[in-house]
Amino acid sequence: MQPFIKHTGLVAPLDRVNVDTDQMVPKQFLKFLTREGYGRILFYDWRYLPEEKPNPEFILNLPRYAGASILLARANFGCGSSREHAPWALLDYGFRAILAPSYADIFYNNCFKNGLLPVTLTTQQMDELFQRAARTEGYRLTVDLERQIVADGSGLQFSFTLDPFRRECLLKGLDDIGLTLVHEADISAFEKKHLSVPHMNAPLDVKFHRA
Amino acid sequence: MPARTLYEKIWNAHIVREEPGKPSLIYIDRHLVHEGTSPQAFAGLKAAGRTVRRPELAFAVMDHSVSTKNRELPVADPDAAAQFAALARNCEEFGINLFDMHSRNQGIVHVIGPELGITLPGCTIVCGDSHTSTHGALGALAFGIGTSEVEHVLATQCLTQFKSKSMRIEVQGPRPRGVTAKDIILAIIGKIGIAGGTGYVAEYTGEAVRGLSMEGRMTMCNMTIEGGARAGMVAPDDTTFAYVEGRPFAPRGKDFQEAVEYWKTLATDPGATYDATVTLTAAELAPMVTWGTNPGMVTQVTGRVPDPSSFSDPVDRKAAESALVYMGLKPGTSITDIPVDRVFIGSCTNSRIEDLRAASRVVAGRRIAKSVKQALAVPGSRVVKAQAEKEGLDKVFRDAGFEWRDAGCSMCIGMNDDVLPAGERSASTSNRNFEGRQGKGSRTHLVSPVMAAAAAIEGHFVDIRKFPGVDGAE
Ligand code: SF4
Repeated sequence: MQPFIKHTGLVAPLDRVNVDTDQMVPKQFLKFLTREGYGRILFYDWRYLPEEKPNPEFILNLPRYAGASILLARANFGCGSSREHAPWALLDYGFRAILAPSYADIFYNNCFKNGLLPVTLTTQQMDELFQRAARTEGYRLTVDLERQIVADGSGLQFSFTLDPFRRECLLKGLDDIGLTLVHEADISAFEKKHLSVPHMNAPLDVKFHRA
Repeated sequence: MPARTLYEKIWNAHIVREEPGKPSLIYIDRHLVHEGTSPQAFAGLKAAGRTVRRPELAFAVMDHSVSTKNRELPVADPDAAAQFAALARNCEEFGINLFDMHSRNQGIVHVIGPELGITLPGCTIVCGDSHTSTHGALGALAFGIGTSEVEHVLATQCLTQFKSKSMRIEVQGPRPRGVTAKDIILAIIGKIGIAGGTGYVAEYTGEAVRGLSMEGRMTMCNMTIEGGARAGMVAPDDTTFAYVEGRPFAPRGKDFQEAVEYWKTLATDPGATYDATVTLTAAELAPMVTWGTNPGMVTQVTGRVPDPSSFSDPVDRKAAESALVYMGLKPGTSITDIPVDRVFIGSCTNSRIEDLRAASRVVAGRRIAKSVKQALAVPGSRVVKAQAEKEGLDKVFRDAGFEWRDAGCSMCIGMNDDVLPAGERSASTSNRNFEGRQGKGSRTHLVSPVMAAAAAIEGHFVDIRKFPGVDGAE
């Protein structure tokens, strides 16, 4: 996983609550076998008119937000489906950090697995950022995970908190599975105890489906 | 020992490792896998040179993109075909049970888990699918995970998890006539909001919940995620044990008796505390219909499409405004005046045998309205399908003008060719009415199976409690 330490970039505002992962990656794009290449289809139904003509009304299509890498979002961002294609698409599009007042659980988790930083700020702080982004063309922010602050070039500075373990994993770009496998002995010991109990045992009819 | 909740008991029984300030490592008893969210996990596993730790605890099925028409024909969509092939290859390579599209046990992952006895009380169950919450109906701790976590479970049979807060959702009093499990859960989501459960595991209690069949409990737990909570649970009781007994993968004989004794200990202790409590009175509930673009935008069938200006919160107002534009609805319209173009009875929310029985009683001896372009009855699994056909329900649906299909996710998500066309309006027994969920530009109204069936007959929403000749009890 790519680490996240500090990032400065152009800000794009998506002023809408409850943006669900169906909007980020509609179902027709869930049939691929890879994690790459979803940037083109991010927010597909909002972003494109028929024949994939860019919808000029959609905020990310405005020239001033081209190349944005920090997304301002509203409450409950990423609700709905567990599809990890959503953070894959956000990253592939070029976003490195999302700023929002709240996130849906599964989406929030999925971001950390991919080096995408979801920053939680208050609604008031988000309002301020939305205003600044609207007012100032080319509005940029720095998201510093080490110092846990979001700052712009004109004096705004918000600090944010997040779980220290998640922060460390992201700063170092740690491989989750590798971290768990270190505890192989614990897992084996647990299994011995747990799986010897009949009702916790492996299911009975292992080859049932072949009948 | 201090009084503990159902959630705490299952959580504690699965802790492999704990360290202060870090997420816990918890053991996973059952891992369900489907074609849509697994290919990248298997690819990652292989790229890292890792293997599947406990393949016998994983169960894979093809459900999201399968055709519900003729499955003997080659898969027309090359992308779907590639995904099916990848799943088959991966299961073969790692020795994982697969119910492929031709298996007589194939079906929607959340239907077949409980039905085959893979899902058991007291287990931890995960799947790369948010509606894994369904399985909590049996008194399991079940939740959806992302693809990276799927890979993690394949490799380690564990997950690193933070413990959630607990929420008790009590539905007091007996369930009124015509009010189904679907209506109860829609009412709950309407009350707490679609993010109201974020960070919580919900446990459903109260007389109305206790009185539900396993199917009804599954419907409620299924939609728990739509209220933001990752997992929903119902304490196992005699209804649960009777449901589990004799299922193919469930323990048998002495093992089953021993398991029941253990499962009985799982119920929340008297005096245990929850981080939050929500209470509803069943007598105040009515059949529900969604009017907007998320499941929290919902009202009673006797109600009207709300006026966005009636929302005091500006954010809610704006959301309601854009939802009504998308849905093509005018504020103040009576719910029962909303016409429907298509009807979908299916999905992991409402495609079990009881759902089909209840819907079939509504349509029996009637015909779908001329204005209804299509009505689909899609069993959640092939086992459900076979049972329904044994009972003659397929004929009842067909005679009424429904199409009787093979098992799969179908128009819940429209990944196969069961798509709701742009601008058309459905009465759907599924769980999500998001923009474009059933097809780009599609307009979804979530309802119970009996409400969907009645809408098919009348061509618009009707109050099932007033529907002639139907007891409306289910
Ligand atoms: S029926 Fe719908 S909600 Fe359920 S698993 Fe399939 S696509 Fe997901």
